[in-house]
Amino acid sequence: MADLTAPMRWERPNALSFTIGVVVFAFVIWSFSSVGLSLERIVRGIPALGSMLERMFPPDIERLPRILEQLLITFQMALVGCILGLVLAFPISVLAAEGLSPHPVLKHAARALIALFRTVPDLVWALLFVIAVGLGPAAGVMAIMVDKIGFAGRFFAEAMEEADKGPQEALATIGATRTGLIFSAVVPLALPSFVATSLFSLEKAVRGSVILGLVGAGGIGVELKVAFDLFNYDTAATIILTIFALVIAVEQASNVIRRRLI
Amino acid sequence: MVSSTLARILPPEPEAPPAPPVLAVSSLAKTFGERAVLRDVSLVAYRGEVTALIGANGTGKSTLLRALVRLVEPDSGRVMMLGQDVRTLDRAALKAFRSRVGFVFQKHNLVGRLSVLTNVVHGVQARMSGPRSWHHALAPAAIREEAMACLAAVGLADRALQRADSLSGGQSQRVAIARMLMQRPEFVLADEPDASLDPRAGRELMELLYRLAHDKGLVMISHRMEHTLRFSDRIIGLAGGIVALALETRHAHADQLKAFFDRPAGFSHAEDESPYG
Ligand SMILES: Nc1ncnc2c1ncn2[C@@H]1O[C@H](COP(=O)(O)OP(=O)(O)O)[C@@H](O)[C@H]1O
Ligand SMILES: [Mg+2]
Repeated sequence: MADLTAPMRWERPNALSFTIGVVVFAFVIWSFSSVGLSLERIVRGIPALGSMLERMFPPDIERLPRILEQLLITFQMALVGCILGLVLAFPISVLAAEGLSPHPVLKHAARALIALFRTVPDLVWALLFVIAVGLGPAAGVMAIMVDKIGFAGRFFAEAMEEADKGPQEALATIGATRTGLIFSAVVPLALPSFVATSLFSLEKAVRGSVILGLVGAGGIGVELKVAFDLFNYDTAATIILTIFALVIAVEQASNVIRRRLI
Repeated sequence: MVSSTLARILPPEPEAPPAPPVLAVSSLAKTFGERAVLRDVSLVAYRGEVTALIGANGTGKSTLLRALVRLVEPDSGRVMMLGQDVRTLDRAALKAFRSRVGFVFQKHNLVGRLSVLTNVVHGVQARMSGPRSWHHALAPAAIREEAMACLAAVGLADRALQRADSLSGGQSQRVAIARMLMQRPEFVLADEPDASLDPRAGRELMELLYRLAHDKGLVMISHRMEHTLRFSDRIIGLAGGIVALALETRHAHADQLKAFFDRPAGFSHAEDESPYG
């Protein structure tokens, strides 16, 4: 006869997973107390936030021409950085892709470079490039470029590794070169993924480029920081609204392109 | 009396010295892990003839065909093909050798997102590299015309600008043959090109392949006995890793070949009895 008593509701944890559970729980509690977040502070912050919001409205549009000009520069910075990043990401991703890389040493070097570019935040790259090339959009472009090589390089390589091997084998059997194989079979097969990654990179770059201005890497972020530093909250409101409009517009445009191309 | 009997037994005096085989395999062996798939395979094939390779599922027919162009590296033995000792070729020489041999796979292996014409143009990569071989729009006029002629040879010239993944299975396989023709091969290998097609499309495809490739020389595998009997000049049967049968097709009887086919025409038992429909 089979045992018909119901099994235990919970499995008894072993000593190791119990210990890990307790440590993680304790760490989370400690983290809450470390960051100094308390209900009291939030409640006390509400009037300050309220008065700031009050001073934001109506937004001051007197400086709108200057703001739009800076917004355009921000977008151009994102666009140029993104294009440079994507163009450089492609060859690096070929070197990093399993099965396409001409040599294991190159493959590991390319992968290490992509990992470095991806794991260091773009704000840190911006700080470095501001020191290297000085204040202004050029530093922002460099930071975005490096960040996008890290982001797109990884996804380009994955897309190429996942491409159907059949057509590649057929072309290799014909006697095609590696380059022929990449451009005749791998790239066409991975193209939808390339487009999706590129559009997503642009969206990320536009959002990111606003922040880069805060550390002096050019664009609208500089204006936003100045407005806050001078307590010109009504000007800040205008800047935030225009940024909001730009980000939404880029996302919508990229949705349209995505739908048409993929 | 005696002399007329002898005349019947002895082969007739050759008028010209016989042409050397275009393919001569001797003592070829290949083991995957523990499994000795090919033990000692020797065979020859001639220009202008079709050789059919038969054998039950898993006997190593594909392995043998792929070993001929080193898509699978043999462990030992010798392959002489088109005057080359294939196993001794270095990378560059292997590339050059492969460009002279057409290979038709069971899967058409086309790039679905690209046009039919571009897929055919890719065949020129056997002798030309760079952007002009990647896409029909970049190809020189002469190449585009040749590709159109290859498409016409398989009856699909009117589909040139259609996307390859919009074609039926039979049409896709014909485009793969057009791409192979674009290669201007001197010899052709075909691994069950009719396997994933319905009976009618399968027969049409074999007819086409026979028409376009038999004068060059063709070694083909078909899991359909009627195709094997109809479209070959010689039959070579693999079993237990060796050549267990070699005869001219006109002397072959269906009964004799049965053991080398484990699927009745069309579908396998497993598919008939599948409880999952
Ligand atoms: N790359 C491989 N690695 C390991 N085993 C393989 C490989 N290719 C084929 N085999 C094995 O070799 C045997 C013969 O395969 P194959 O040549 O495809 O047979 P056939 O074409 O006659 O059906 C099968 O048992 C298969 O599992
Ligand atoms: Mg097979």
